[in-house]
Amino acid sequence: MTSRLEFWQGNIASAEGALAAGCRFFGGYPITPSTEVAEHMAVKLPKKGGVFIQMEDELASIASVIGAAWTGARAMTATSGPGFSLMMENIGYAVMTETPCVIVNVQRGGPSTGQPTMAAQGDMMQCRFGSHGDYAIIALCPASVQEMYDLTVKAFNLADRFRVPVFLMADEVIGHMRERIIVPETVEHTGRPAFVAGTPPFKPAAGSLIPGFPEFGKGYGTHVTGLTHDERGYPCATNPGLHATLVKRLVDKIESATEELADFDVINPDAEQVFIAYGAPVRTVQQVIADHKGKNIGFLRIRTVWPFPSHALALFKKAKRFIVPELNLGQIAREIERHTNIPVMSVPKLGGDLHTPAELSGIWEAKA
Amino acid sequence: MSFEDWFRQDRLPHIYCAGCGNGTIINCTLAAVDSMGWKKEDTVFVSGIGCSSRAPGYIVTDSLHTTHGRALAFATGVKMANPKLHVVVFTGDGDLAAIGGNHFIHACRRNIDLTVVCMNNQIYGMTGGQGSPTTPRGCLSTTTPYGCAEPAFDLSELAIAAGANYVSRWTSYHVKELERAVKAGLETPGFSFIEALVQCPTNFGRRNKFRQVADQIEYLKAHSLLKAKRDRMLEQGEAIPEDMYIVGELMRRSRPAMGLPPAEAKP
Repeated sequence: MTSRLEFWQGNIASAEGALAAGCRFFGGYPITPSTEVAEHMAVKLPKKGGVFIQMEDELASIASVIGAAWTGARAMTATSGPGFSLMMENIGYAVMTETPCVIVNVQRGGPSTGQPTMAAQGDMMQCRFGSHGDYAIIALCPASVQEMYDLTVKAFNLADRFRVPVFLMADEVIGHMRERIIVPETVEHTGRPAFVAGTPPFKPAAGSLIPGFPEFGKGYGTHVTGLTHDERGYPCATNPGLHATLVKRLVDKIESATEELADFDVINPDAEQVFIAYGAPVRTVQQVIADHKGKNIGFLRIRTVWPFPSHALALFKKAKRFIVPELNLGQIAREIERHTNIPVMSVPKLGGDLHTPAELSGIWEAKA
Repeated sequence: MSFEDWFRQDRLPHIYCAGCGNGTIINCTLAAVDSMGWKKEDTVFVSGIGCSSRAPGYIVTDSLHTTHGRALAFATGVKMANPKLHVVVFTGDGDLAAIGGNHFIHACRRNIDLTVVCMNNQIYGMTGGQGSPTTPRGCLSTTTPYGCAEPAFDLSELAIAAGANYVSRWTSYHVKELERAVKAGLETPGFSFIEALVQCPTNFGRRNKFRQVADQIEYLKAHSLLKAKRDRMLEQGEAIPEDMYIVGELMRRSRPAMGLPPAEAKP
């Protein structure tokens, strides 16, 4: 058997990607527009010897995922805005305890219950900063059904490697649309950093910022706590230096790998007008470029949004303006402004409609 | 092994106040675990937040000290992902019945194969003595300065109503009964709930006229009413005083359970 062609919905592709990656635990709660991920896992996981459990709410969903992850299982959940808000508490716990897990957020219009069936990208800052305290995570943004699959696989590998929650920040359009997808025969599988028995469980090996993973049930006797802990995992919450060292390591292990984690495409790097997009707006920019064949339209198309690949901006050496269409009021446009002196034009869109190619062409033509 | 072998010696001294009842409950629980012949590598302790929830940090096994109220949801993930592990949860009245109330009733409903030991001190001890869902009416706390006006939760009755297979309630006075109850819980497939009423001299006793640690233990003993005696009183039409705690084995049944080890799952 080789790779095969399928015609799938984005959410199904994410679930299939998870199964291919070896995900064997899904704890979830129904919520539009992500529910198909849970439904598909409910059908498929038991047949693969895995566990699907519908928990009583999203607080419990992510908690069960973290518990399962400590037994060594690859574990995930899927949700949307309101559920994502509930998960923030235990996402912080996963960060603090360095628990590998994957969280799919098929974004819908917010705040609050908002627009359950409409696309948005309003949770991009929440996924970065939504839990309390300083920390860093990894967030991937798919712009096709193919990427719902590929980036879910990648999310598991990164979660294991960096021992951090990894977010697949999709949106309703990408989650619900159906298109062709090439399903590979096999996928890459990166394991968790190996734990050496008898060593302090939260002490990274020399030259690394990521400790080995002391899976439960092997007799390591690891104490895992969300309290500030020392390298033995023991609570040590009133030691200022120890807390600072721990939190800096949790941030550094992600941010120091920014260039390695970066995943973006550069189109027409000598253009003066440069679009920057992730998720569904990528599709509109691609249409604009297709509609203007031979025109020098720059495009930075980002898949790894967090940590933000700021070094990519400098690849557009003649850029006079970055144009950033987003399904929010400019969350990532502000992040881009932080990294460049070149003017950044945010093109926000709320309500669930995508930007039209004509809208974005008009912006480009006005200065072209 | 003896129960002492289950403690992490390098974590001592512990954080519990002098006279705290939690150590008694931890000892009873570990004695029961030890008598099961379980091994360190097969057993996981899970907890939430509060004084009770610090217990797993003093035990040599793998342990998960989680977020406030969520211990049962984490424990569900551990147990479902690896049913071979024995999973014991330490919790308290605030953790279990207030912020974690929804997880509690759903863990009972699922009848997931966990043993939950609740140290019910009727107060938020760690945060300095605020009223909890089990603070008796009229009792003083920092947030009920004129006496608690809210009726209290009966945690064991809640567990029974929600579907737990095994439910017992004792107090920190009843150490032998408590150890036997925890062991029965560990032996029973499905969700086992052991409620242990404990004294909190620092934050409950001193605001509620228990001058000495022993005064509160004495009170708990004097206000314990054996279930068998309660049942006889009911048969004879006698009134049950409102300030009595019904103790003993309150439920033992075999509803369908989840998360059972492979051998028990296939009868």
